[in-house]
Amino acid sequence: MQTATLHFVDSSPLVALIGNPNCGKTAIFNALTGSHQKVANYAGVTVERKEGKMVWGDTGQTLRVLDLPGAYSLYPRSLDERVTHDVLKGLAAGEKRPDLAVCVVDATNLRRTLKLALAVQRLGVPCVLALNMSDMAKKRGLHIDPEALSSALRMPVVPTVGIHAQGVAALKAHLMQAFADPLGLPETALAPAPTSDSSDTHDAKRIQSILHDLGIDQIQPDAWSEHIDRWVLHPLWGPLLLGGVLFVVFQAVFDLAIAPMDLIKNTFLALGGYVGSLIDDPLVKSLLVDGLIAGAGAVLVFLPQILILFFFILVLEESGYLPRAAYLLDKLMGSVGLSGRSFIPLLSSFACAIPGIMAARTISNPRDRWVTIMIAPLMTCSARLPVYTLLIAAFIPNTLVAGSLSLRGLVLFALYLMGIVGAMAVAWVLKRFTRAGTLTRPLMMELPSYHWPTAQNVAMGLWQRAKIFINRVGGVILLLTLALWFLASFPSPDIGFEGLPIEASFAGMLGHALAPIFEPIGFNWQISIALIPGMAAREVVVSALGTVYALSSQGGDTASNLGPLIAQSWSLASALSLMVWFVFAPQCLSTIATVRRETNGWRMPLIMLSYLFVLAYAASFLTYHLALVLGLG
Amino acid sequence: MDSFLSLDRLPKHEKAWVKAVRSLESQSGLARQLEDIGFVPGEQVQILSKAMIGGDPMVVRVGQSTFALRQAEAQLIEVSSEP
Repeated sequence: MQTATLHFVDSSPLVALIGNPNCGKTAIFNALTGSHQKVANYAGVTVERKEGKMVWGDTGQTLRVLDLPGAYSLYPRSLDERVTHDVLKGLAAGEKRPDLAVCVVDATNLRRTLKLALAVQRLGVPCVLALNMSDMAKKRGLHIDPEALSSALRMPVVPTVGIHAQGVAALKAHLMQAFADPLGLPETALAPAPTSDSSDTHDAKRIQSILHDLGIDQIQPDAWSEHIDRWVLHPLWGPLLLGGVLFVVFQAVFDLAIAPMDLIKNTFLALGGYVGSLIDDPLVKSLLVDGLIAGAGAVLVFLPQILILFFFILVLEESGYLPRAAYLLDKLMGSVGLSGRSFIPLLSSFACAIPGIMAARTISNPRDRWVTIMIAPLMTCSARLPVYTLLIAAFIPNTLVAGSLSLRGLVLFALYLMGIVGAMAVAWVLKRFTRAGTLTRPLMMELPSYHWPTAQNVAMGLWQRAKIFINRVGGVILLLTLALWFLASFPSPDIGFEGLPIEASFAGMLGHALAPIFEPIGFNWQISIALIPGMAAREVVVSALGTVYALSSQGGDTASNLGPLIAQSWSLASALSLMVWFVFAPQCLSTIATVRRETNGWRMPLIMLSYLFVLAYAASFLTYHLALVLGLG
Repeated sequence: MDSFLSLDRLPKHEKAWVKAVRSLESQSGLARQLEDIGFVPGEQVQILSKAMIGGDPMVVRVGQSTFALRQAEAQLIEVSSEP
């Protein structure tokens, strides 16, 4: 993603959506703009900027709609709130001040959500109040009279139901009417801006009296949510249920992904075979088949797992369960100096550290945020799986332990656990030995009412993840795979060269140069070479090993032969050392690049690179030498 | 200070009303943040659940919303048993 500011049509009017977190603002945004959305960053900061466009009429009139980050107040505390504040005040770099603010409030919780609307109104921006979840309010017996509320607040009020496409029809109509005259806003959309500088308490009192006058000031707890919470947040059943949910999610990620992954793998194999049969020139053939097609296939194969994991994350998030999971884990995370808020970024990191690191934006405490970013790469991302799968299949016998447990499964589980324990240990060290780590920090996390997730929002979220991932395949990963192919193929050996052709290539030279560094942890020069393209993405190591060994054995079918080949030429100690290396090593340049972008500098990524390298080297060294002592060399 | 009842000492499921939010010098932003999310004088509060170990963190209903708070935050909120 670029940090550039994107505009569709600069001359169209700009409408900003603003509201508390969990008020259904994003659902309204999706319903208003459909698929006309662009996600980028605000200039200079790492806050996601979502802009869409609403098109209507025969002439194709358009409105730019900006989905501002959720905020509880306009008092800028976190990065997100700072952006919201600056945009509404017209202070944000490269942003036009919105022509109209749509203040989205939760109709079932006007007591809290109206406060922000009053603050926006005070800034002098023309406002419309979107009375969202008005269906839920009705169901709970809250009869809100939009007209009476409108005159009490001195701004237009439109009831909405963000989760249905028809639920925003009235809001759409209001916006169309408001901007029908291209020269300016009709008077109905303009609210007189009270000039008095009211305090929070004053606002709370004013809202209280408005709600009292309208007869909707009684507290109506959401009985349904409260009932579910009695189990979900129960001190004993809650954690057990959470364990069950996580178990199901991980089972699904691995089981459901098998079929689509095989399909992708076989499609690319067939494509490679077909393209290979069309080309005679061995060099072009090798470039297209071994380099391009095999490289793209090796990475795209993870798309199913990433999408399945994100499907669950999105559903759990939309339903309102994720913040509850974070609450249940708060004590555990607190023991290593983090808060429950770190749970969601770390969970995402099991698919890929990049979305995980980006999700850390929601952690308002800067210290917690950077610790979470630092340990996110230690969560076993799905890119490590093919490496583990290859090594486990090649070196770990397919036997049962203690009667029924698969030894291979246990090794895989141990590798996952090693990452989690490593991450917790790093967080604990940071808590113990830094001054900021010893302070207690607030949690203050909202547990919203439960909702049924809507298919549209989940689909849209998945589509955005898929796009980010595929762009990554198309960009860095493919380029580096091709670069490796080049390094491994050129220069060709002179006639009469004694060794294997690859040893004469640039890659061979580089591998040999690095070999002394990695020799103490049991890696041969072929592994040393493969680690370099593996910096693009971990999974590339598999295809890189394929390339290295395929070229060194002068062609042939590599994919299926790689396992037996390495089983013959490496010791078990080396294989174990390589697995442990992959648990800790800074093996992904995209992650480092993301950290640089998210922290606005090179300090954090460099710290991350060095600490992960030291950790990986030490752990692999220990593993290798312990294995040698145990006679596994 | 004898009459001071902080939210964290309120028995589970018992209704109470916010009297004041204390501002600590070391963490001055905290009180404001609590006010932003709805802990303003006169608002009704109730503890819905507490963690098994040490009762920290806890789930608090404030007005119409539900928030998870740590003990340190709940200690800043002074409540009384009458509106």
